[in-house]
Amino acid sequence: MLHAHHHKNEVSPSISSVRLGLKGMGCASCVATIEKALLAQQGIHTASVNFAASTVEIGFDSDIVSVSAIRQVIKEAGYSAVEPRDDSEESLQKEEAEKLAEYQTLMKKFWLAGAISIPNVLLMYPQLIPGLNEFMPPESLERQIVWMIQGVLTTFVLFWSGSQFFTGMWAALKHRSANMHTLISVGVSAAYLYSIVATLFPHIFPKEAAAEPFWDVTSVVIALVVLGLAMESKAKGKTSEAIKKLIGIQAKTARVIRGGTQKEIPVEEVLVDDIVLVRPGEKIPVDGIVTEGASSVDESMITGEPIPAEKSVGDEVIGATINKNGTFYFRATKVGKDTALANIIRLVQQAQGSKAPIQRIVDQVAAFFVPTVMILSLLAFMGWYNFGPEPRFIFAIISLVTTLIIACPCALGLATPTSLTVGIGKGAENGILIRSGDALQTAEKINAIILDKTGTITEGKPALTDITVMPDFEDNEVLKLAASLEALSEHPLAEAVVEGAKQADLSLVPAHDVKAVTGHGISGTVEGRNVLIGTSKFLSEQGVAVDGLIDIAEIYTPKGKTPILIAIDGKAAAVFAVADKVKADSKEAIAQLHRMGLEVFMITGDNKVTAEAIAKEVGVDHVLAEVLPEQKAHEVQKLQSRGKVVAMVGDGINDAPALAAADIGLAIGSGTDVAIEAADITLIKGSLKGVVTAMDISRATMRNVKQNLLGAFGYNVLGIPVAMGVLYPFFGILLSPIIAGGAMAFSSVTVVSNANRLRFYKPKGAKS
Amino acid sequence: MTWDQILVTISSFFLIALIIKFFWMKPKNSQPNIAVTDGIQKQLIIVKGGYTPDTISVKKDIPVRLTFRREENASCSEMVVLPDFEKSEKLPEGKEINIDFTPSETGEFEFTCQMSMYRGKLLVSA
Repeated sequence: MLHAHHHKNEVSPSISSVRLGLKGMGCASCVATIEKALLAQQGIHTASVNFAASTVEIGFDSDIVSVSAIRQVIKEAGYSAVEPRDDSEESLQKEEAEKLAEYQTLMKKFWLAGAISIPNVLLMYPQLIPGLNEFMPPESLERQIVWMIQGVLTTFVLFWSGSQFFTGMWAALKHRSANMHTLISVGVSAAYLYSIVATLFPHIFPKEAAAEPFWDVTSVVIALVVLGLAMESKAKGKTSEAIKKLIGIQAKTARVIRGGTQKEIPVEEVLVDDIVLVRPGEKIPVDGIVTEGASSVDESMITGEPIPAEKSVGDEVIGATINKNGTFYFRATKVGKDTALANIIRLVQQAQGSKAPIQRIVDQVAAFFVPTVMILSLLAFMGWYNFGPEPRFIFAIISLVTTLIIACPCALGLATPTSLTVGIGKGAENGILIRSGDALQTAEKINAIILDKTGTITEGKPALTDITVMPDFEDNEVLKLAASLEALSEHPLAEAVVEGAKQADLSLVPAHDVKAVTGHGISGTVEGRNVLIGTSKFLSEQGVAVDGLIDIAEIYTPKGKTPILIAIDGKAAAVFAVADKVKADSKEAIAQLHRMGLEVFMITGDNKVTAEAIAKEVGVDHVLAEVLPEQKAHEVQKLQSRGKVVAMVGDGINDAPALAAADIGLAIGSGTDVAIEAADITLIKGSLKGVVTAMDISRATMRNVKQNLLGAFGYNVLGIPVAMGVLYPFFGILLSPIIAGGAMAFSSVTVVSNANRLRFYKPKGAKS
Repeated sequence: MTWDQILVTISSFFLIALIIKFFWMKPKNSQPNIAVTDGIQKQLIIVKGGYTPDTISVKKDIPVRLTFRREENASCSEMVVLPDFEKSEKLPEGKEINIDFTPSETGEFEFTCQMSMYRGKLLVSA
């Protein structure tokens, strides 16, 4: 194949199209206004507004008018055009700023609550401070006045530091639902109201009740829970670190060649078919195909592959990857929200927002949790008041408040989503796109894996593997002559021979009198010598004595290689062996899959002999050979009917039915095509190592999810009864509400921190 | 039992009954189907302590656009998930986010925040 030559920008019309979002359209008549304004602009050929979708599709000549000029036209008409790209860095920054502001507000609230908590706690134990007890003896007016001052200060804590609990509770109540805010506000309000009564009317309680206000409880609980919320918000920010990195690596500008001159433009304005120049050290702005020049490109940020990829004319380049040392031109093929990176970001965000089936148990509990806790707290109150020791009322109030405070619905709610966010993000960092929480959970259960042979275990295209020459002939000489002739052939095996010559640094020469007999061979004259390439039948028909060549050919056939026979000047010259080479790390990856306890199958349309040869080379123990493409899905189902949970690994096009039939379909991506519909998991990098990493990440993430769920359920199941006082009859233990507040804050922070541990995950087979 | 214990017991049970009635015995509100404009069934949903409205009735096979506007910064609600339609969307505070899909089956479908604290229902009828 020699036609992959320079692909210069077509001279004639540089018609491009762009789709923009519109804002400010109030009525259907706006459609005409916008279209008219746009069509009046020179260079714009078509403009069609979709009122329902609030978008406009514009066809224009990119040499005459730019996207920013188009936006200006829309603006002048009284509307605004929205970014054609939806994941702009700007919105991310805005979100970050909002998160930071939220954190800072929470911390301010914490400092106020914390500062007032210190005197509140100290004044509850006046005997600890010399002289204080003498100044305010029990039941004195002085003590009552100090309590009142504390009460005023605590009121500020409750209604400023704790304001979000009340607004949160109120918003939920309007929907007749309850949440963490409800529990905290009811809990601290109970403590607060009791404290007011105890401060103002200490004598209404029986003497043995020793009425003391709970100002310390009110302020300390608020301080701790607010601090917990602040820490949680900080930790949660880290869970989406991976996606932030991906958004951050987008290129900002591109050098395009338009109208014969080089222009630096914002990356959003690059259009399909633009010719883009990339200099050493620069970021490749969008996806495309190299048209001139060569370089090596660091693609690790997209594929996770640490070794730079060599790129030359005809190769695909991916936007946001970094050009190392060469300069090259490429033709943009995917821009804006069609680029591989934009697709990756969208897929990852979608997946991070999805639910794993394991969360269903939480979903069921969530609807009942908070009201149930409220009921339990009332039961505890009743129990202590009716059957508890004196002071009964104090114990009853403490258990009510403690039960409300210790329950933590947030830990339950956070358990699954935070781990999924980190796990799926971690996958993306390693070039593995997991489509949903469902896919991740199923991947963990896989026990059999079917690998497609061609393109998955092997490179997917034939390559020259062996050359055996007859006496009187020399390797490179035969290869040069054969490749020069094969360069004119369309046959896929011919391509392998030409590529082989290229790799041996041989330069090809012109061939004459070329005659191809389809399916049999090719003949011609190269450097004055007569060259025949083909099957033994083809050569013997031309009068060549092929016996010696056939003997050699028979060595290759059982190894799964295809022999090509060559005669020069009527004499048997050599046998080339061509085979679809096994990818460098397939063998190691398959060994790792075995170590993970998976049963590994290879599936192929090849004959048994070839299939067995490859299977032996890579260490696969089960071979499904001679399977027609349309039967692959059936083979998957056969394994499933034997009770296996099956993963299928193949390409996204030919293997799509099999990928869909499998419990988990893993598609080996090709370059920039990452949004493979049939796949549950897409491996951006072609290596089988990605399969190992994908399985490993699923297992690690699900382990993390289970730890979180166990922790969160365990915490609530143990904490709530203890708070109600079940340990009191046996061990005399009743928790203080302050400890409950600390535990509650700590539990949800723990869940998020545990999920964050996944950030340090390193893929198993990683090369050091 | 003393009179105060009887009082405490009676009022506790009264409160428990109130909690059950208020949170778990919500009246079923059947709403008319949302209007079709420009061939799309559009509905704005405010996210604040829950979804308003939280029950949305639509016809099947006609495109649905749910526009969510989050008017709070509680992180609980920053994501909305429609598991049955494989849709999820982040909801930046104060911004209107559209979710488009076309229900092809009748039935009751839930939409929730990521932690399932906020719940809404989509009723699809023929």
